[in-house]
Amino acid sequence: MKNPENNPSSFLNLFHTIEFPKALEEIHSKEKRDVETALHNAILKRMEWGDYLALISPNADLYLEEMATISKEITLERFGKTIQIYVPIYLSNECRSSCLYCGFSFENKINRITLTETQLRKEAEILSNKGFRHILVLTGEDYSKTPIEYIMKSIEILREYFSSISIEIYPLDIEDYKKIIASGSDGLALYQETYNKEIYKKYHVRGVKKNMDYRLDAPDRGGMAGFRRIGIGALLGLSNPLGELYYLGLHANHLLKNFWKSQIQISLPRMRPAEGDFSEITPVTDREFVRFVTAIRIYFRDAGIILSTRESPHFRDNLVGLGITQMSAGSKTEPGGYQGVKALEQFQTEDKRSLEEIQEMICKKGFDPVLKDYDRAILK
Amino acid sequence: MSNDLLSLGGRHFHSRLFIGTGKFSSAETMQKAIRASHSEIVTVALRRVDLEAKNDDILDKIDRSTTLLLPNTSGARDAIEAIRLAKLARSLGGGDWVKLEVIPDPIYLLPDPIETLKAAIELVKEGFKVMPYINADPVLCKHLEDAGCICVMPLGSPIGSNQGIKTKANIEIIIHQSKIPVVIDAGLGEPSHASEAMEMGADAVLVNTAIAIAKDPEKIAEAFKLAVIAGRLSYIHRGRSTSHLASLMGNASSPLTGFLDEESRK
Repeated sequence: MKNPENNPSSFLNLFHTIEFPKALEEIHSKEKRDVETALHNAILKRMEWGDYLALISPNADLYLEEMATISKEITLERFGKTIQIYVPIYLSNECRSSCLYCGFSFENKINRITLTETQLRKEAEILSNKGFRHILVLTGEDYSKTPIEYIMKSIEILREYFSSISIEIYPLDIEDYKKIIASGSDGLALYQETYNKEIYKKYHVRGVKKNMDYRLDAPDRGGMAGFRRIGIGALLGLSNPLGELYYLGLHANHLLKNFWKSQIQISLPRMRPAEGDFSEITPVTDREFVRFVTAIRIYFRDAGIILSTRESPHFRDNLVGLGITQMSAGSKTEPGGYQGVKALEQFQTEDKRSLEEIQEMICKKGFDPVLKDYDRAILK
Repeated sequence: MSNDLLSLGGRHFHSRLFIGTGKFSSAETMQKAIRASHSEIVTVALRRVDLEAKNDDILDKIDRSTTLLLPNTSGARDAIEAIRLAKLARSLGGGDWVKLEVIPDPIYLLPDPIETLKAAIELVKEGFKVMPYINADPVLCKHLEDAGCICVMPLGSPIGSNQGIKTKANIEIIIHQSKIPVVIDAGLGEPSHASEAMEMGADAVLVNTAIAIAKDPEKIAEAFKLAVIAGRLSYIHRGRSTSHLASLMGNASSPLTGFLDEESRK
């Protein structure tokens, strides 16, 4: 199968036809009246692309409560009173890329660790004993110290402990994605970080990650390889969030059209403090964040929306039911973190509550915290 | 509106109304109805055409300079028969277009999804522009799209039943998901049904029985023409009324987002 770089239906073709300033201009052209029309169309279930842009536009802020009401209703209709729980497991913090905002960045003089099989089993045991069944496997971007063979072997080990294994690792070719799926992974998360070409170039100064197009095309390759779930996202804080939301919507639309067998998941991680001295954060307020989450829910009725422990407990509690579908709990962002290995974390988490505490909170909200929603028997 | 062309199989059409040629009382009536409809795509059952006769009365009445003659495989009960008919249709000289109909059931005339998909895969390989008539099944539509069909033609309700769009919930999904044109075929009994299909976002509709058995086929053909245009215009220029929001907007307190203000006061 050919790689989408040479494929006319690749997202790259669409992406390169719209410049970032043009996208912003389009969003800023949306007036109050357009927001009202969008909400009207949402109720009639006939949303269009322009309606989504109206809902992410600053003018939609006036209608935030209305958006929340509609978003809540759609979420209930499509996902019921449930929140899926997952936990990240970092295999390694080795990284050959330099991303100025990231704790794992090549330049940062940190203690680099790659889990041995014994360490990995220890992590898996601890997490599965706590009750976790869905995990997200992460690494840095080091194709030689954490090669695909190492990832596949790790997935095979983790399959003994968990029902669903998603990966959030460096981008791969289609054939390698197929191997990853064959080893037992059902989900791919690959966040673009930023869809702004200038900013992307500025912050990704070294390594494979410098190649923006290769990364941008990876969800297409994952879709072709057959991942059940494909997660995309933008790291909010790197560039103008309105532009990011524009392309994120465009990207999700593209994937939905092209990979009808895959569920699309969207994540909006907000920048958190990390090792290094990155300080050029474009802040995204809580109100804006809620506007973005509800806009995504209203337009993409069936998309999974993930909320990580980057957000504060108070904020996370209030977002339950408003549009999100998945939450992590008790996360550690360093390899071996659950067994107390001393390594540097990728970023600091804000919500440090345990799985039990998160479960209790979700139940109090009248929702069911779902630990298992997939079975490894489906894949093999 | 004049720029709003239907792009299908590499050609562009002004009209979004396809006409079926069965059930008319005479070839002349059919001809008048087609003219009044301004249709540019007219389906003909290959089994109805007499290829040996010098002047076949149906073919003669269709102006091939303004109208695409779309042969259908009506009569085929399985993939093998449909493929055979399609190949025969090529000899009509109309090119590679074929409306794929595989109907094993002689009473309700419902299409066979499994045989249709099989035939579609084979015909696409053979270079045909395949337009499959199917039940309103979104998953089947995606498979046919993947197979390389140039459009899908889900039914609104059983053929000839004039019940309108009874498969609405599924048609909505099909329209939402589809990357290729969606043509609502079968069951459209009144011009208002055609309008409804177009308002839902269908790319075109196919009508036969409702026109053919009308007291005045020519007038009803015209009514369908106008209904399709009206539905299309309505779809493109959707209403701007926001009356539904009134109840939502009346909410002075903010039970769902009030926590955001709390936060900012901290």
